[in-house]
Amino acid sequence: MAGTVLRLEEVAGERLLRAVAALLAAKGIASPTEITEQIAMTDNASPAQGARMVARAWVDPQFRALMLSDGTRAAEMLGIPMRGAPPLGVLEDTPDLHHLIVCTLCSCYPRAVLGYPPFWYKSGAYRARAVRDPRGLLAEWGTVLDPGVRIRVVDSTADYRWMVLPLRPAETAKWNEDRLAALVRETDMIGVTLPRVAGD
Amino acid sequence: MELEAPRAHHDLGGAGTYICQEIDRAAHTPTDFDKEVDAIRQILGAKGIMTVDELRRGIEEIPEAEYHQLSYYERWIRSMTANLLEKGVISEAELAAVLAAAA
Amino acid sequence: MSGSPQLAVGSRVRVRDDWPETRGRVHIRTPHYVRGRTGTVVRCLGDFPDPEQLAFARPARILPLYHVLFEQPQIWLEGCAGDQLLVEIYGSWLEPS
Repeated sequence: MAGTVLRLEEVAGERLLRAVAALLAAKGIASPTEITEQIAMTDNASPAQGARMVARAWVDPQFRALMLSDGTRAAEMLGIPMRGAPPLGVLEDTPDLHHLIVCTLCSCYPRAVLGYPPFWYKSGAYRARAVRDPRGLLAEWGTVLDPGVRIRVVDSTADYRWMVLPLRPAETAKWNEDRLAALVRETDMIGVTLPRVAGD
Repeated sequence: MELEAPRAHHDLGGAGTYICQEIDRAAHTPTDFDKEVDAIRQILGAKGIMTVDELRRGIEEIPEAEYHQLSYYERWIRSMTANLLEKGVISEAELAAVLAAAA
Repeated sequence: MSGSPQLAVGSRVRVRDDWPETRGRVHIRTPHYVRGRTGTVVRCLGDFPDPEQLAFARPARILPLYHVLFEQPQIWLEGCAGDQLLVEIYGSWLEPS
């Protein structure tokens, strides 16, 4: 094979994946079984995990304090696997401060508690606009903040992963934790939307 | 007039080319291809073969025109392959042989 | 560990106005839009290996990581007064202002 010049740009992604997977399996680095197990583990992480944390924080002040000081430990307390995951930071919205999470450099996302990043989060438009035109961006989700609310855009550039602890809607005062968890969406925990009670 | 900074092409904060572009908010479920690339990346990280920083550096080194053409996980497999070759985990001859056999 | 926090919470810091990407192969985690800008340290996030070295599989020095807050309209010369940007920045990129 001397003199071979492999041009990766000429090989389609799917073909490259099959070849690399075959080589990694042959070398005992990643077997098909390991890959299947890893996919299953990754699929287990979903916004439902983050929503459970938010709901618990809304009903339990002690848990809320822990979640804001050490998100990783708070997640582990709810049985969410965090081993090997980057440290999790949680930022709390207040009546006059709204957080919005973005990664302008790539697509850092709190995957352990929210699952795969959504397509829009990884898009050039989201990454470019969140830091420069956050209010225009929120408007595309139909999110309009009350007058006087400041936005703090969080650019997730390094070793932490960030999620938002949104404000609990006033109408949910009598709701239990499970019902609250069912209300919270991934977009609420990134800050492009606000938790909303349907039909209000 | 604001001068455009000499930013790298992945460093997208405020980038003028996107500033008027609407966000595609539609749900795109990860494909089998996406999930497999993602899983292999995690395995390589967990086994200390390739850091996430090396993955990113490899993605950033994809020429700009291609960077914007490739899908997210196509960039990943490109970077992963380049890193594995660079580190000697796999050789160019091995890769070429497997690709030829599959053709 | 060498990277104990040297910048106190509340201190004003300036991000170095440096553009290593114009000088060769690099991996930089400091977004272009904060270079040369002044902000406030709001949190020390701990010590982490330098990604600029990790990215090339080189032995990495340990750096303190800070959460630095910037006024958003000052950066873009547009936007809404009071809006802010919060960015994770390694100590090697920061100098007291």
